[in-house]
Amino acid sequence: MRQLLKTDVSEFRRLLDWTAEMTTHANIPTTAAAIADGVRSGALKAVDVLEAHLAQIAAREGDIHAFNLVTADEARAAAARVDVDVAAGRDPGVLAGVPIALKDNMCTRGIPTTCSSKILEGWRPPYDATVVQRLAAAGAVAIGKTNLDEFAMGSSTENSAFGVTFNPRDISRVSGGSSGGSAAAVAAGFSPISIGSDTGGSIRQPAALCGVVGVKPTYGTVSRYGLVAYASSLDQMGPFSTDVRDSALVLEAISGHDPMDSTSIPQAPLSLQHVLSQGVEGLRVGRITDMPSGADPDVTARLEAAFDALTAAGAKIVDVEMPSMKYALTAYYLIAPAEASSNLARYDGVRYGLRVNATDTNAMYSATRTAGFGEEVKRRIMLGTYALSAGYYDAYYGKALKVRRLISDDFARAYAKADVLLTPTSPIVAFPVGEKSDDPLAMYLCDIYTIPTNLAGHPAMSVPFGTGAHGLPVGVQILAPTLGEQVMFKVAASLERSMIAAGGAK
Amino acid sequence: MSESPSERISAEVVVKVSRLARLDVTPDEVQRITTQMAGMLEHFADIDALDLSDIEPMTQPYPLSNVFREDVVVTGLDREEVLANAPAAEDGRFRVPPIVGLDG
Amino acid sequence: MTAADSKTQGSEIQYDMSKNEIKVAPNDGSYLLDGYELVCGLEVHVELATATKLFSASANRFGDDPNTHIDPVTLGLPGALPVLNRQAVELAMRIGLALNCKVQPSTFHRKNYFYPDMPKAYQISQYDQPINVDGWLELPGGKSIGVERAHLEEDTGKSTHIGGTGGRIHGSDYSLIDFNRAGVPLVEIVGRPDIASPEEARQYVTELRQILVAVGASDAKMEEGSMRCDANVSVRKPGAPLGIRCEIKNVNSVRSLGRAIEYEARRQIVLLEAGEKIRQETRHWDETDGRTHTLRSKEDADDYRYFLEPDLVPLNPDQAWIDAVRAALPMLPRERRLRLSQATGAPADGEAIMVVVERGQDDYVMSVGEAGADVARALVHVKEAFAEQGANPTVPAADLAQMIIMETGGKLTSTQAKTVLAEIVANGGGDAVAIAAAKGFEAMDNSALEAIVDQVIAEQAEAWSKYCGGEQKAMGALVGAIMKASQGKADGKAVTALLLAKKG
Repeated sequence: MRQLLKTDVSEFRRLLDWTAEMTTHANIPTTAAAIADGVRSGALKAVDVLEAHLAQIAAREGDIHAFNLVTADEARAAAARVDVDVAAGRDPGVLAGVPIALKDNMCTRGIPTTCSSKILEGWRPPYDATVVQRLAAAGAVAIGKTNLDEFAMGSSTENSAFGVTFNPRDISRVSGGSSGGSAAAVAAGFSPISIGSDTGGSIRQPAALCGVVGVKPTYGTVSRYGLVAYASSLDQMGPFSTDVRDSALVLEAISGHDPMDSTSIPQAPLSLQHVLSQGVEGLRVGRITDMPSGADPDVTARLEAAFDALTAAGAKIVDVEMPSMKYALTAYYLIAPAEASSNLARYDGVRYGLRVNATDTNAMYSATRTAGFGEEVKRRIMLGTYALSAGYYDAYYGKALKVRRLISDDFARAYAKADVLLTPTSPIVAFPVGEKSDDPLAMYLCDIYTIPTNLAGHPAMSVPFGTGAHGLPVGVQILAPTLGEQVMFKVAASLERSMIAAGGAK
Repeated sequence: MSESPSERISAEVVVKVSRLARLDVTPDEVQRITTQMAGMLEHFADIDALDLSDIEPMTQPYPLSNVFREDVVVTGLDREEVLANAPAAEDGRFRVPPIVGLDG
Repeated sequence: MTAADSKTQGSEIQYDMSKNEIKVAPNDGSYLLDGYELVCGLEVHVELATATKLFSASANRFGDDPNTHIDPVTLGLPGALPVLNRQAVELAMRIGLALNCKVQPSTFHRKNYFYPDMPKAYQISQYDQPINVDGWLELPGGKSIGVERAHLEEDTGKSTHIGGTGGRIHGSDYSLIDFNRAGVPLVEIVGRPDIASPEEARQYVTELRQILVAVGASDAKMEEGSMRCDANVSVRKPGAPLGIRCEIKNVNSVRSLGRAIEYEARRQIVLLEAGEKIRQETRHWDETDGRTHTLRSKEDADDYRYFLEPDLVPLNPDQAWIDAVRAALPMLPRERRLRLSQATGAPADGEAIMVVVERGQDDYVMSVGEAGADVARALVHVKEAFAEQGANPTVPAADLAQMIIMETGGKLTSTQAKTVLAEIVANGGGDAVAIAAAKGFEAMDNSALEAIVDQVIAEQAEAWSKYCGGEQKAMGALVGAIMKASQGKADGKAVTALLLAKKG
């Protein structure tokens, strides 16, 4: 399958002259906020909004492969229900009629949830994730399940068992990962918003590579119930959108305490939209002076432009040091695989998913897991099993947990001096399909700026900020302390205004 | 990459780990995985030099404690819906091949 | 042993960590097998009597149709997350406090291993920070057995093996799994190896069961599986270092426990006497052949790769909660026995008090005393006649008291008292005076009795002179004749007293 894709890609290299997304649906607004306003007021019909997006999918999905499954029938029924609610005078919800794509690692009842793995191919969960329930309650219309790196392990979506997702900006290149499908769906206009998951950067990095907004909220603000676990102490779900306001809107709808998740912070949903217009006057923006180098010059250039934009808007730039940041990759690639090795042990062919038969249960376990998991997943399971093993625990997993504390302490010191930090999201722009797939370590380095946030449990988001090499999107990453979403969104909104003012295309 | 992978990890350990993880590996794969893992562990050796003796491990990103559920029954899943998704079922139960070679 | 060492061990024997050495209570030498001391520690798993499971809201019920109490957490579905049952914590604390443990802040760990009845391929349990530590259980005779810890963990599902002989795994064609039991809350009580005989082991389990029932934590029925007992057994010559121990599983009754421990000790002694070494292993007790057998040994001992459960948060019951649980504990069996012993003068570990307290009838006995009767007599009567009555006897305490007052007042012989009582018990109550009158019972008054005694002495001259000459045996003939002459209305004690008095 991988061989086939490479051949196709070389033929289609960089041919599409991709103009503004919405040429095919001239009357439909492009943002979730505007769609919801229109549907709630009756000016728009949810079914019309949906058809326009389905048409866009029909037009371009063949080239992009953002979806594992488009759920057109279910979406039509859901959209029709929204219109009925509006006509009957019932409140249809803050996301009424907005199509939304869901990463295929969150449980959707009765709809296949595969995690882009053969081991769950065709599996229909008997329950909905909390986030899925909240989106439905808010009137959003789920339009499909998006492609990802298998079990969310990867940075390019090339680890999907069902084929890579191509970057809508240049279909010879990757969309990033692991939430490549969700990022591409928004970038390609398939839905104005989508949901991904982020364990080491899996929302932010594809957002940067695809030129959209992507947010990983504070650990514990969005319920993980129903999110297929990769690394339990690092995973969070979050939104993709074309603008900052839409991500705020989605987070308001999906965040807040969930009694089904013991790690859910006992507080009300986030309140974010009201800060977007507040500006950054007097805000302290941190520049990490000892950040690991390795970002391409075109990326660094956009970061500098972002610092300039914020300065022009009244923010103050301060220098901070994060001496432990350089150990973040190591800590992550010991902690995440360790937790994953345990979380993925349940895929054993007994109760659901793939089973490869054998003469006894023990042999069945191995036959099933060997056939069902891809190479990267196996690699991380082995690494994680090793890191937890008797005799190695202290040297690897045990130590990694302490390094995690060092990184958290570094952040604490930084946030004494700065309100937010600014870094590149990804060290590089979108790379060609296949370029890094033979070198796992090179692939891991894609997450070098995003990983520390997950280790600390903090929020961070990527905002598109112009283009770099080959005209490809560059994202800048805003980092904030625990529950610092408001200040983070303030800065994001300011950067977005600067981009628009500069006439920059999104 | 490590000059001698056996310093970081040996093929024997890789085989043992793969058994624990219930993943079959061919002899060729064992070699490849050993080399790859050795390379990764070599990279991860950057933390070896750190003095972490006074550092508390960090296991929780957000400090919560005492999260409970009240002892009230909530209707669960429908057995038929669940078994319809099972690889093999019989008599209302999940069916598996003979259970041998496992420590119960 | 350091924590790292324990993780290296990896095997079933998991709690040696952080203890410098295994401390064993001193052995008083009262039980020896062929000159060897027995060293035994019991691990008891108890199913808690909660309405729902430990980490999810499915019902905690026994005996229903398979897979009817299931939910995403129970089945280990992708995306499922555990949430701790508050009532399970309450019951765990009751158990800990009843066993004199310290309740401390605790955490949960994952114990990773593959088995078809383990839906997540890991069990959530407590590892190096369990909720209850360092307690003890006092046996009725007064010896204290240390309780190292009592922690929370989740139960597994149940497998049924089809096709083999006798439902065993060996030779089966396939197995069927029911997850109703998966996730049921368990408390694992780990006793220190202070038990020195099979009888002590039986007493420990019996006493533990009573405590568990008394605090409402569990119905603790071994035969139903709500209490499961594994025994760690080793032997050594007095003064020698601890021997290698074996773990025995599949013991399903208190009686089997004693038999299994004794068998295993003897098995080990035979090996040691033959100069062989004991292999540290887990063995399966077979009730039908009365032996322990090796469970199939594996090439690699499982490495459980314990790590802190990231989906749960630390458990830290505050002092107010702990104090409330302690204050609400009911009177425990040991205290009940002491109370009854003080009230009756009978020994606390004597059969009468042991039986009556175990039945839960001690409050009743005390209330019979409060109604004016002699408590010691009440104890005897309840022990003998109330076996079927259960913990809340239907016979009103006042009725039994009235009967006893008649008895101790000399108006009923002890034989008559038993007859009257039998009727009272059969009818769930009754007026002892009326019943005695209806049966024509009345203890003979002393002068009438004395007249009969004098008459018998005159008639049984030979027996009388033998008795006066010191032959105690002759008394039997005299007493028999007196009873016959009085038509059973003579009270045995009064007769003996009179004969003694007349003998001079």
